[in-house]
Amino acid sequence: MARTVHAPRDEADLAALVASARETRAPLAVEGRGTRRALGRPVEAPATLSTADLSGITLYEPAELVMTARAGTSLAEIRATLASANQELAFDPIEHTALLGHDAGSTTIAAAFALNASGPRRPKIGAARDHLLGFRAVNGLGETFKSGGRVMKNVTGFDLSKLVCGSWGTLAVLSEVTFKVMPAPETTETIAVFGLDDEAAGRLMREASGLPQEVDAFAHLPAGADGPFSHVATTLLRLDGPPVSVASREADLVARFKALGQIEILGEDDSRRAWTDLREAGPIARRPGAIWRISLAPSDGPKLVAALRARELPLAGWFYDWVGGLVWLALEPEAGPQAGPVRAEVDRLGGHATLIRAGELVRGVDDVFHPQPAPLAALAARVKRAFDPDGILSPGRMTKGA
Amino acid sequence: MSLTMPLPEPEIMAARDDIVARLQAILKPSSVIHLARELSPYECDALTMYRQTPLVVVLPETVEEVAAVMRLAAELNVKVVPRGSGTSLSGGSLPLADGILLGMSKFNRILDVDFENRCARVQPGVTNLAITKAVEHRGFYYAPDPSSQIACSIGGNIAENAGGVHCLKYGLTTNNVLGVEMVLIGGEIVRLGGRHLDSEGYDLLGLVTGSEGLLGVITEVTVRILQKPETARGVLLGFSSVKAGADCVAAIIAAGIIPGGMEMMDKPAIDAAEAFKPCGYPEDAQGLVIVELDGTAAEVDHLCGEVAKIAEAAGATSIRTSNSDAERIGFWFGRKNAFPAVGAIGPDYLCMDGTIPRGRLAEVLTGMGALAAEHGLRVANVFHAGDGNLHPLILYDAAIPGDIEKAEAFGADILRLCVAVGGVLTGEHGVGVEKRDLMGEMFDSVDLGQQERVKCAFDENHRLNPGKVFPTLHRCAEMGFMHVRSGDLPFPEIPRF
Ligand SMILES: Cc1cc2nc3c(=O)[nH]c(=O)nc-3n(C[C@H](O)[C@H](O)[C@H](O)COP(=O)(O)OP(=O)(O)OC[C@H]3O[C@@H](n4cnc5c(N)ncnc54)[C@H](O)[C@@H]3O)c2cc1C
Repeated sequence: MARTVHAPRDEADLAALVASARETRAPLAVEGRGTRRALGRPVEAPATLSTADLSGITLYEPAELVMTARAGTSLAEIRATLASANQELAFDPIEHTALLGHDAGSTTIAAAFALNASGPRRPKIGAARDHLLGFRAVNGLGETFKSGGRVMKNVTGFDLSKLVCGSWGTLAVLSEVTFKVMPAPETTETIAVFGLDDEAAGRLMREASGLPQEVDAFAHLPAGADGPFSHVATTLLRLDGPPVSVASREADLVARFKALGQIEILGEDDSRRAWTDLREAGPIARRPGAIWRISLAPSDGPKLVAALRARELPLAGWFYDWVGGLVWLALEPEAGPQAGPVRAEVDRLGGHATLIRAGELVRGVDDVFHPQPAPLAALAARVKRAFDPDGILSPGRMTKGA
Repeated sequence: MSLTMPLPEPEIMAARDDIVARLQAILKPSSVIHLARELSPYECDALTMYRQTPLVVVLPETVEEVAAVMRLAAELNVKVVPRGSGTSLSGGSLPLADGILLGMSKFNRILDVDFENRCARVQPGVTNLAITKAVEHRGFYYAPDPSSQIACSIGGNIAENAGGVHCLKYGLTTNNVLGVEMVLIGGEIVRLGGRHLDSEGYDLLGLVTGSEGLLGVITEVTVRILQKPETARGVLLGFSSVKAGADCVAAIIAAGIIPGGMEMMDKPAIDAAEAFKPCGYPEDAQGLVIVELDGTAAEVDHLCGEVAKIAEAAGATSIRTSNSDAERIGFWFGRKNAFPAVGAIGPDYLCMDGTIPRGRLAEVLTGMGALAAEHGLRVANVFHAGDGNLHPLILYDAAIPGDIEKAEAFGADILRLCVAVGGVLTGEHGVGVEKRDLMGEMFDSVDLGQQERVKCAFDENHRLNPGKVFPTLHRCAEMGFMHVRSGDLPFPEIPRF
């Protein structure tokens, strides 16, 4: 659908645009550079509001571990600036490059927060929501407001930073974000254990997650996953830190797990490549059909996959991140109703399933996000109204009709 | 003491006996406390300068009972103030004369420890330390460790988003909670999160954490537990000025080192601690920094060396690295006793809680010295230096007329100074009633209006813990939130203050 695109050049412009859209009750599809239009539900709006032209880093104090950037600043720019001071975005946001085909670094910083886009180190280091310290934004009334601050500890007023993270542009249009940055680890290596089935790999990851060796990320790829490990099931344990630390933790872990399967150490470059690919769901992203991203308790990840196989759902591929608690799943296209069985099993175990990739038609009809019980859905609708009473900002993106 | 609270509603005060009887009908008789002498322990929390006898106290035992109380309160249009252990330093659980004080102390069971998934499901009245006690036999602990951890409840920690010494590396309450069960103002029971990470949909779990009992009553909590680090060592650093100490703290962080904890004490705090119970801190030090490094042995040894090098370059006058756990714990001895120690010389103290950018520590500490002279009061500083969270302890004597007001005015000036350098009013203790009227220093009316509308989404008649956090209460309808039917404002008598 061709839409009018507004790309304000400053925050005042942005506020004026939203205010006038509200006057005429003409909803806006809120986006950064529009790379993730195919995620979430399709927005029902005649015009697009892009924050792509609100760009630039406005504050960076490496010694304070803090950065402020305008909404549309690209991740490429953020990452390059941080790298020049040996720092990084530790929550390592997924950019959906492998799933949707855009270039790495082309997505915007505000979108990383608006999608609460986190990466493989989530269990250890936190999600995007744990790194946003404060923001400026325009709500659906066209008012400019701020919340939070630039310091590490702050309980002054409600923590609206948590709310805007994962709100997909439906509560407010972020104009500027202030976030925590971290020293980049001096080195990173990965232990790969080969040949374990899902159950055994799950046990290994969970055991490792309770050891003092402080593993930084845990994933398991069954045999057949795309990428360098397609020939054999591979369990990956990532270790970050000063070289002395990585070496000693690695030695301890190898001694502990060597009886379970053949082990190989991935050096720094291979390790980085492997985790970037995992972050982007590379091992299954290029399969045709629907892609699901499912969050559960770590021990329930392998159980979910086993249950879906028992139901004879046509799995086209899957892998585990987050100690087994994040399941990426590909299902063969057009094989009958899928959302029902997937959601039923996730509900039985307790968790949350998001339909990441499917045709626009399916995304318009099915729930993309996990349906909520009635009182919670009603509460969420009231929260939406507290920011956007007239439904101007990306209506329909998260839930039908809201 | 110039605190204005919502005016008690005469109809509610007049209906007290009826309200008590209705509560007795839905709860065990022993769970409804209404006799004057039995109410007095509930008059205040740890911000003892403000006191108010509640209308009645209820101590429900089940989530159904909490829901029943909330439904009754809705029916009778009575206000409700949730209370955990009453250790709030900002008056978060200060009762209202016409409000039901809802105590969660009987929710004191650990429901389930799931070691495999590194989480524990507990009732909200369980103390912070009891969670660690329940999991430490398997080498685990619950990371956020407020100094009040033997007393404060996990429900209160969630309401305040409590922090502690180890939050620098392991995060605040909000980063360590996976799920809650909560009763809304109308009595509906909702669950947010669970044993999994990051549900999609609005992050109401993140919003509720730190919401100071204004959005719902937490009736169950699932927290993450972490494995204890293999080893921990302390480095005790003395400096000839607070500025040198503060600069060293900034340099350690800038070098990419995130210690398990990094605390600082100034000369008045060191002296108070030594006088209270000798702790062997370097005598000549004007500023003391305690750095704790944890992790695997190889990493910790390496980092201790790095910290010592940085400290030397920063002009430390003494550097001691612990070689045993006993020695490390010894380094913490004076810091752990600092509050009672200052209390001993006080005789009273007011604990402030601003956070500032770390790089401005030296400047703010100097500014605070000047303010102390101006207000004619003493101040001792013990604080979470690693994350820039200050705890200036203002010494005063409540027996001297006018001293409390002086202390409060000094405190407000300190917080203004924090905000002026890019900091905030409160890092971990909450706004409550204490900093409520200072919110305008940080937020303009649009910022506050947005937060108030969020409150309206949960509680459109301002019946849950009103008078806290927001300097003025606006009717939700006036905020453009509710659709008013036929011109009738619900709760037209809602006071402005
Ligand atoms: C000596 C001392 C040291 C302290 N040190 C620290 C520290 O290091 N770090 C720190 O962060 N704080 C500290 N505090 C402050 C205090 O302990 C924390 O704020 C704590 O989280 C309060 O918990 P509580 O159970 O006592 O809550 P209360 O004081 O009873 O209540 C606090 C707030 O939480 C709400 N509340 C309580 N329970 C619930 C529930 N179940 N549902 C909804 N709302 C609820 C109340 O309405 C109120 O607004 C200290 C206090 C003292 C006295």
